[in-house]
Formats: sequence, structure tokens, C-alpha cells
Amino acid sequence: MPKSARLLVAVAALLMSAGFVLPLWRVDLIAPQYPEGLGMLITVRSVIGVKEQDLNSINGLNHYIGMKRIEPDAIPELRYMSMILGAMVGTALLVAALGRRRVLYAWTLGLATVLGAGLYDYWKWGYEYGHDLDTETAIIKIPGMTYQPPLLGSKQLLNFTATSWPASGGWLLVLATVLVGVAIWQSTRRAWPAPSVAA
Amino acid sequence: MASLPKFRHLASVGAIATVALLAFACAKKPANGGLLSADAAQRVYVAPGQYDEFYAFMSGGFNGQIGVYGLPSGRRLKTIPVFSQYPENGYGYSEETKPMLNTSYGFIPWDDTHHPALSQTNGEDDGRWLFINANNTPRIARIDLTRFETEEILEIPNAGGNHGSPFMTSNSEYVVSATRFSVPVPNADVPISDFKKRFKGQISFIRADQPGKMKVDFQMIMPGFNYDLARAGKGMSEGWFFFTMYNTEQANSLLEVNASQNDKDFVAAVNWKAIEACAKSGVTHSVPASYQHNYTDAFTRQATSETITSVPQFEAKACPGAVYFMPTPKSPHGADVDPTGEFIVAGGKLASVIPVHSFPRMIKAIAAKAFEGEIDGIPVLKYEATLAGEVKNPGLGPLHTEFDGKGYAYTSFFISSEVVKWKLGTWEVVDRVPTYYSVGHLMIPGGGTMKPNPKYLVALNKITKDRYLPTGPELAQSAQLYDISGDKMKLLLDFPTEGEPHYAQAILASKIKDRQVKFFKLAESKAPNMVRSEKETGISRDGKKVHVRMTAIRSHFNPDNIEGVQVGDTVLFHITNLEQDWDVPHGFAIMGNTNGELLIMPGETRTLSWVPRKAGVFPMYCTDFCSALHQEMQGYVRVSAPGSGVALSGSTSKGPQAAPKKAQAGPTQKQ
Repeated sequence: MPKSARLLVAVAALLMSAGFVLPLWRVDLIAPQYPEGLGMLITVRSVIGVKEQDLNSINGLNHYIGMKRIEPDAIPELRYMSMILGAMVGTALLVAALGRRRVLYAWTLGLATVLGAGLYDYWKWGYEYGHDLDTETAIIKIPGMTYQPPLLGSKQLLNFTATSWPASGGWLLVLATVLVGVAIWQSTRRAWPAPSVAA
Repeated sequence: MASLPKFRHLASVGAIATVALLAFACAKKPANGGLLSADAAQRVYVAPGQYDEFYAFMSGGFNGQIGVYGLPSGRRLKTIPVFSQYPENGYGYSEETKPMLNTSYGFIPWDDTHHPALSQTNGEDDGRWLFINANNTPRIARIDLTRFETEEILEIPNAGGNHGSPFMTSNSEYVVSATRFSVPVPNADVPISDFKKRFKGQISFIRADQPGKMKVDFQMIMPGFNYDLARAGKGMSEGWFFFTMYNTEQANSLLEVNASQNDKDFVAAVNWKAIEACAKSGVTHSVPASYQHNYTDAFTRQATSETITSVPQFEAKACPGAVYFMPTPKSPHGADVDPTGEFIVAGGKLASVIPVHSFPRMIKAIAAKAFEGEIDGIPVLKYEATLAGEVKNPGLGPLHTEFDGKGYAYTSFFISSEVVKWKLGTWEVVDRVPTYYSVGHLMIPGGGTMKPNPKYLVALNKITKDRYLPTGPELAQSAQLYDISGDKMKLLLDFPTEGEPHYAQAILASKIKDRQVKFFKLAESKAPNMVRSEKETGISRDGKKVHVRMTAIRSHFNPDNIEGVQVGDTVLFHITNLEQDWDVPHGFAIMGNTNGELLIMPGETRTLSWVPRKAGVFPMYCTDFCSALHQEMQGYVRVSAPGSGVALSGSTSKGPQAAPKKAQAGPTQKQ
């Protein structure tokens, strides 16, 4: 692994560690009655409102469609997500320290698995909230209507336009992934040098 | 005479043609002092969703409230109830707000508001609070401008008609109260004909810069005249206060004639910094009195009315060198100080000139002892010694003057129904515009402070006559907006107001709009009967009193079925609005309640009392359209005969009620 690639992986570790303080994902809800919008931020440890009372307001609105309350304390992922992130940051630093190409490849495979699993989990979480509706107490019941927020992008849910995007910590995570990609590219290039250079 | 009908026909054609020509001529003539109406419309047009540039606070006169309007659109934004009960939001009806209207005479549901005054910092309106007087039963109220709510009311002892009030010092140290009617001090059963002997005037200085702690700091006994309006000095006259007075004749009957005899009445110049020091040096007596101080706690949202039993008082002559009379023609209304503090403009209602006193000349005259006499130990300065100039032939019935900070003054003329612009220093009239009709006060945003914002002028009119669609014997009340940004004043807009727009204040919206409280935080509430969640709701009996601790959240009450109430009980509904979002109030009303309704802001707890007089089942419901299922936000209270065995209970169903089950699951009835 060239020095530049080791540095890139170290920087990627730093960027990923921003996820401890910055939110990873953001869901915005806009409706005629909420021109200023309601929003949720998903952090490594919790789900919080963009504005102080937003989560409370979202839960208040969700009772109309019989959706479960979003209670951060009841979401198990939030208990161990920080540990996974910590492990990824720690092992990234280890990869940079060791400087072994094969370790980098293995670690990258691990990162891809974690990110893939994370996105799947988030999608499943949205699916469950959107589909597991209490039809007994739901006030608004529209046959066939479910309320799964989009994984990425915008979707109309009754009077709300729901938009889901990475938040600042999420974008840094994306950037970290790009840096890891560059590190791999550099390592690969050095591993199989062009013939003219070898000559 | 067969040709006559034909002739008539021709004549009427001619008449119609003439009328049409006249109409055409009129249409071509700009109807508003030189500005084409399309231009005027553009100047006052605030597009849907856009904000006005200024908040205007207009007293409602005899409605006892304040109307909040946007300028330049003239759109009404809100009514702030102050001295009058307000059925719309339960002010003066809920248990929490009733104490606000308590006085030494008991609960008073009404008063007459005249002069709003914004709080100031360094001589500039700061948008923290608004003060306003109650004219009839003398009081001063403080309104918080983060909530647009009346938070505090102080009664003024020994006053009769709190008209000269509540004008403000440059750093909100004091608001004043100068009595309109002189009365016996202390009030006593005396012959009215003893007026000259027994009746006294008084000027009170009320500490204004400590929320919840307004108090009469000192009360100065003055000769028995009628005190009218006032302004604090500023800039070079900082530390002084100027008060107008009329009825220096001391008439006690048919004042319209008997109080209009003297050629000159007075402007009193009061060195308030000197009398403040004097009052603290021990000339004041603590005089027995009984008056109320009402204030609202920020966390319980509960008003308390406490009785104060003394007032610090002294005779004006006890502070020599602090109070002077400046003779002023004739029955002056406004005493208005220009932004530099140099000039004091007096609007003599019956005068043919506008006299302007000079502060530096006044100081010189005092030093030179240019006195022409004294009244009750107060020196009377010579008119010529303090006069800076007179505006000659300005109009008829000058009342009130404000300033643009660019060297011009604008005076309202009630009798000639116009606003006159004139230049300070040269005293020449430079422009005049008609008002429709009979303007009283006028207002320029900040026009009474050191920092006017001279874009607009509002004329606060007393008569509207033909200006709006007629509405029976009582017509719309009216304000008019003028553009004063150029050399010539231009009428832009007529707009009707609620109640009489007696006087007004206006301030840049940017100084207020971003500091608004959006809701009350449940976690911070200390309301004694609040509940934090539906689990804490409950119902309890204490003798003949039934306390219902209830919640309101979209779209139900908890409990919504109440039983066990008996005829003759006093039911106290303590309702907490559990919402924590802006613009989600809930309302509450119950059939047959001889009280009012509640409007409960998010996070707030309000209490409504109800004394049921008949047995039966009484519907209750949310009165503020809160959500798509607002109409479902309802419940019942069952009222039984006294001594009935129905157990006290309150409940809300947990989920869907099957129709047949519901009938069976009804509460046990013991009859």
C-alpha cells in the first residue's frame, strides 16, 4: 500500500468518526399545513427532531394513520450502531497503520457489508413503520395505502411530501467511502505497475 | 301639451350626459392628494404570504383593547384584550385570567384604552413591552410582545380618569399617570362645590422596567386642574417630563364653557430626575391607600391580584426647583417633544397658533427667575421667556404633533380636519392634507421618540361619515395611512379599525417578529392543576367543588365522559393542551355555561368554572378548529340531582367501541 493510500484510509477513518457527532440521515416532511416542514435526524445513537418538537409532532400526526410511535429508546439498532461505527473507525486506522494491501481489500469488503446491511436495515425499519399500522385505532384508513418513507429521494404520503437524504454525517461517510475507493485504486496501480515504468 | 313628454325625455338625456361628464371629470382628478390610485394601491399592497413592514398597535378606545395591524396594508392581525373581557379567547373568563381585571372596586369587565406606549432603550422603541392606560378606572397595563398578552395591570390610587398616561422615559424607567379629573385626595364625601378647596390633581411615576413589579414609585400632588397628555424629555431635555393641563379655571360644572375662559393654561415642566432624588431624600409620606396590582406568573400562567395599602406621596412644592408652569394657549392637548429634545410643541385645542416652547430658553428663564407668579408654590414662567416660536394660522383645533427626525413636525387638526406639516425653527407651514374626518391623534412610527422612522403617518380619525359602506347608526371607525417619505404628504389608504383608534404606536416588524413564543413548554409549566400526560388526568370532589384535570390533544379530550356531577356543584375544568407545536390551540365550551369558553394555547393549562343548574347530559366540545377531526373532539358530562348516588367518574374509551357493546358497557345507574 503506498503512503498516499494509507493516508487516505486514515482520513476516511476521521471522516467516518464525524458520525459520532453529526446526524447520518435526514427525513423531511412538508405539507400545506407545515410550510416550514417537520424533520427527523437519524444519528448513531438516536432519532431526533430537526426542530425541538418535530419528533413529537410527527408522532402526533402518525396517530391518524395508526403508525407506531417513533420511540428512539425502543429501537435496538440505536443501541449498537455506535459500536459498529467505532469498530469501523478503529479497524480503518489499523489498516492504515499496517499498510497491507490484502488487509485493505478485506476491510473494504467488511465496510461494504456494513453499509449494505445498514441501508437494508433502514429500509426495513421504514417498511415496518409504514406497513405495521394499527387498523383498530387508525383514524384515516385508505385501502392499500402504506406509509413507507423513501430510502432515498422524495415520495408523496397523503398530504406530506417525504424526502429522505443523507445528513452531514452521512455525506462524510459517503466521502470516506470514495476515499477508500481511491486508496484501493492507488494500491492496485502500484501493485501491477505499468511495464514502461518497470523497464 | 303632447310635446311635453318628449321634452322631458330630452331633458333627462341632457341631465344624464351632464352627470356622466362630471363623473368623467371626477374620475380624472386624483382622489388622494396627487397620487394616482394605482400607485397608492401598489404602495400598500402586501402580496399574499408576504409580511407587512410595521406592526401598528392601535388602542381600541372604548372597547378597552388593543388592535394589532400591519402597515402599510392596514390588515388587522390580532386583538389583544387588556381591560375588557374577551369572549374570543376567554380572557377575563378563565380562572387564571379573572384576577387581571380585579380592582379596588372589584372585578371590572371593561375600560377605555387611549394611549399605547412602546418600551424604549436609549430613546428608541425596543419592542419589549407595550403599555396602555385605562381611562375610566385608572390603571396602566403592560403587554408582553413575545406573547402579545396582557401580563400586568397596576391600579393608580388618587386618580380620576387616567388620561395623561402612560408616556415613557427614554430607557423605560418610568411610565406616568397624570389625572384627568381632580378629585378629593384621599377621596371623600365632600360637596362638589368645594372643588377649589378640596380637589387635587396628581402625577404618578410608575416603575416600568421590571416585569411583574410595576409600582407607583412616587405620587406628586398638583393643583386641582385637568391633566391631559405628556411626553418625556429626551436628548438635551433628558430627565424632564412635560404635561399639558386645562381647566386651570378649576370649574366643576359645564366645563365646555367654564374651563375655556383663560387665554392660557399650562404645560408643566417636571424635572423627574430631581423629584426622584427629592422623593428618595425623605419628602414623601407613605399615605394609606388601597389599590390592586395584578400580574401573571410566567410559569404557572396564573394571574394574582394583590392589594397595596399605601402610596409614597408628596406635594409638588416640597421639591423646590423641580416643577414649573409654562403658560400655553389654550386648553392644550398634546405636549410633544421633538427628537432632539429642544422643542416642546403644545397643541392648544382652542388656540389660533401652535406655540412651541424651547427647552434651553426654559432653563435660562428658570435661572433668570423670569416668573410671572406662582400657583400652590409652583413658579409660573413668563410665556415669552420660554417661547421659541409660534406656527401662525396653522389650522383649527391643533391636538397632537409628531416628528420625522428631518426637521419637520406634523400636527393634527381636529376642527379643520387635516394634518399640517411645518418646519421646526422657521415655524412655516409647508404642506397640508385633509383627513376624513376630524383627526385626533396622529402617529409616525417612532414619531414621539429620538429615532422616528418617517415613512408613513397614520391619522386616527374620530368621524367616518361617508367613507365606508354604511352600517346603521354606528359607522366604521377609521384610520388613514399617508406616505410622508417625500416633500408632500400623500394619502395611501383608508382602513377601518376595531373600536376608536384613539392613539397608536408602530414599530419595525423585524424588532418583534422573530422573538415570538410559539408554544409553552410542558416540561417548564408550573401550573398547579396541569397534567403532563393523559395518564395523569383525573377527577376529584372537594365538597361542592369538582375538579376535572383534563387533557386536550388532537382530537380528543381525556376524560370525555364525566359522571357524578350534581346540580349546584361548581365544576372546575382544568384543561392542559398537550400539543407542543405552533398554532394548535384547543378550545373548550359546555352547554348552558353562564361563563365563557376557554382557548388554551399549546402547553398551557386553563381553568373554566361551570355551575350546572339542571340535571341531564351536557355536551362539551373543542371550539377552535384544531384538526381534520375537530368535529369529533367532544364529550359529555352527566349531571345528577343533588345527593344522587352516581359515582364520580371520568373516562375516555381506549379504542373502537362496538355499537352493541357500548350500550351494555354503560356505567351502572343507581336510580
